[in-house]
Amino acid sequence: MSPLSLIAALLALSIFGFYFGRRRAFAMAGGRGRSLHSRPGYYGAYVALWCAIPALAIFAIWLIVQPSVTESVVIAALPDALRDLGPDRMSLLLNDIRNVAAGVIPVERASPEVAAAAAHLNRLNATGNGALAVIALALAVAGLAFARSRLAPTLRARNGVEKTVDILLIACSSIAILTTVGIVLSLLFESIRFFGKIPFFDFVLGIQWSPQTALRDDQVGAAGLFGAIPLFAGTMLITAIAMSIAVPVGLLSAIYLSDYADLRVRAAVKPVLEILAGIPTVVYGFFAALTVAPLFRGMGEAVGLDVASESALAAGTVMGIMIIPFISSLSDDVMNAVPQALRNGSLAMGATKSETIKRVILPAALPGIFAACLLAVSRAIGETMIVVMAAGLAANLTANPFEAVTTVTVQIVTLLIGDQEFDSAKTLAAFALGLALFVITLAMNVVALHVVRKYREQYD
Amino acid sequence: MTDVAGAMGAGRPDPAGNRPTLDERRLRRRYAAERRFKAYGIVAIGIAMAALAWLLFSIVAQGYQAFVHTHIKLEVFFDAQQLDPSGRNTPEALARGNYGAVYKSALRDRFSDVRKRRDRRALYSLLSQGAEDDLRAMVLSDPSIVGTRKEVWLTASDHVDMLLKGKIDRDRPERERPIKDRHLAWIDSLIADGKVETRFNTRFFSAGASREPELAGIRGAIMGSFFTMMVTLLLSFPVGVGAAVYLEEFAPRNRWTDLIEVNINNLAAVPSIVFGLLGLAVILNFFGVPRSAPLAGGMVLALMTLPTIIIATRAALKAVPPSIREAALGIGASKLQVITHHVLPLALPGILTGTIIGMAQALGETAPLLMIGMVAFIVDIPTDPLSPATVLPVQIYLWSDMPERSFVEKTSAAIMVLLGFLVVMNAIAIYLRRKFERRW
Repeated sequence: MSPLSLIAALLALSIFGFYFGRRRAFAMAGGRGRSLHSRPGYYGAYVALWCAIPALAIFAIWLIVQPSVTESVVIAALPDALRDLGPDRMSLLLNDIRNVAAGVIPVERASPEVAAAAAHLNRLNATGNGALAVIALALAVAGLAFARSRLAPTLRARNGVEKTVDILLIACSSIAILTTVGIVLSLLFESIRFFGKIPFFDFVLGIQWSPQTALRDDQVGAAGLFGAIPLFAGTMLITAIAMSIAVPVGLLSAIYLSDYADLRVRAAVKPVLEILAGIPTVVYGFFAALTVAPLFRGMGEAVGLDVASESALAAGTVMGIMIIPFISSLSDDVMNAVPQALRNGSLAMGATKSETIKRVILPAALPGIFAACLLAVSRAIGETMIVVMAAGLAANLTANPFEAVTTVTVQIVTLLIGDQEFDSAKTLAAFALGLALFVITLAMNVVALHVVRKYREQYD
Repeated sequence: MTDVAGAMGAGRPDPAGNRPTLDERRLRRRYAAERRFKAYGIVAIGIAMAALAWLLFSIVAQGYQAFVHTHIKLEVFFDAQQLDPSGRNTPEALARGNYGAVYKSALRDRFSDVRKRRDRRALYSLLSQGAEDDLRAMVLSDPSIVGTRKEVWLTASDHVDMLLKGKIDRDRPERERPIKDRHLAWIDSLIADGKVETRFNTRFFSAGASREPELAGIRGAIMGSFFTMMVTLLLSFPVGVGAAVYLEEFAPRNRWTDLIEVNINNLAAVPSIVFGLLGLAVILNFFGVPRSAPLAGGMVLALMTLPTIIIATRAALKAVPPSIREAALGIGASKLQVITHHVLPLALPGILTGTIIGMAQALGETAPLLMIGMVAFIVDIPTDPLSPATVLPVQIYLWSDMPERSFVEKTSAAIMVLLGFLVVMNAIAIYLRRKFERRW
């Protein structure tokens, strides 16, 4: 029984439990609902919860534990020669077995030992799934029977159900925390392993990035070079280009929309700007790579400039377009939060509208606008698809926008796409870069959100 | 701002034509600055709108032709010896027939003057591999045509298609174009006979991925996106609404709930690629969810969509006036009853709007899925959330990397389909908001 159909069966069983419990409650009351402690639906929910929760809990635990158990059994059953491999080779072998078992690698291409182990693994997993199905269903039926035996008019079903729902709701809201903890732990854990192989300062201060680990030990640069400076410089270059487009355009359109445009124009233009924010980044990437980059290259040729076909300029420009609505809507909010009294005061002194905006509203809104820009920068730094498709792969340390540069996100993607061994410095480097990215964007967001909150309180 | 307008009149020189005074000149400068500033705003909006128009125009201009494909009409002899050598006439036997030989002989019949082996091979390249599938489909739907002669439309190869769509320049030197002079002669003769036509490209919507541009379709990617979105919705909607209900209605205000709140706001701004790393390290390597499966992709996207849904749901719950809660509590409902019977139904349109917007974001997301292996080249159309699959945005990314000229067209068309889905989803969200929005 596949896990999905098992879940379906468990759900069906608990729906049955609900109706069964409700019918039972009606029967107990003899048609007089008043003699029951709770409304009949609660008795149904009580039975359904007893039916579903223990079975689903066992199901979840089993699914997490089963792979490691079956794999250790398979390893123990391997021929001695294979079992004595070092831990690194062992994990490679295990990966092979997993792939063969999943059918990703055809059985014919695998060595006989691996094929046998894969078949063994599949058999064990099938047995495990079967046992799980039996146990989970048995538990569900047992829960149903237990709840049924406890049904009585005096049973405080509502309190029980509400307590459970309370706990479930708390669990739901803790998932946000668990996600953050998961991100931090996984990035940290893999990064520590990376820094065990590559010294921390080589990564942070190195100015050469070429992660190609050699196939043979005696090749030149066998260890790969993991200096992250060029990546961060490239990211900064593209971000700077993007911001130099997005900030003026976004800010000026926000000013125009909030202070000059009449309601009709505002109602028409605002949604159009929001469309820019709704377009998937892969579309921007395609646009940058196939339309904007060739155009810039052609324009460069026309005036005698050498523009690379994956220039930072093209990626940065398109990223700027993407960020415009971000800046404009955030700064629109901020400027609307400036009290009307300040505006009126300035106008009453005879200032023109633009003078009011430049001398009163912008200074008052400056912290908020700064926060908006900070959020936009963090968005630009973390943006992936545009740069994967339109920026380069080679790590150049340059400030020339016409050259190709690479970014942190591009390198994470290229390091992790395709076949990977989980222990190589190459794969782990992606996690170290991810950690750096996470920390930087997190710091920016925290500062920005703090500024926004403080600023709001000031005018409330 | 009538007072400003009135002041503007005062800035003009008086009718007697006296030289403007110092004050008047300063006023004029100030008004000029005012007009300039306003013009900057208009220019900025113009730039943003122009960028959007340019983006959409370039996609449509590059992609609209992918919805049609060139077909060539040939008189085909459905040779029973090739198609059903065993003579059993069962669907299984017919499906295994040698359809390649059939269309090749049809081409030889049409151009009987082509004799040399190499020329013949060039001749065969006018048609796509897909011509075999066309013929097989015809025979399987009507086995009685075996043994007869019939004029049928067959899929042309992508080079012929590109030529007919004007994407290959005939005037280039022969060496530089994939279509040679003899191809041109054959095609021109077919065109003169009215045997070449562009027809609606059904394969684009019914086929999975392929290395041959004329055989490639988006069905596999759409099904992958569908399963991924289902998983995302099933996970993020209940959890998101549950979390929002807890935070808005139950949670005491203390350190812990503050922490959760700050966390949710920060999660909304974490780069999507970091979620991909989380998915790789935790969902694939720790929980052992199969690589490339929509289940894994859906789980990652659910985590990403969660903040959006929580924030939207909290806003919707906040909008329900407290008088409704108090009225329900007053007639003896428990807290949970107040929420499930009264508050949630009233907040539902807002919750659904937020959910649809979150799902639209998830549908367009690419980067985290690259990390968890949904970039594999998968020909089979996925049938469940555990089979390897790719999704529409990733398909777009993959196609944009293909060297063939006609994949540009396919990529743009796939983008148009993706944008179409997003437009529909957002339109539903706007409709819901308009229809059910209530001011209390």
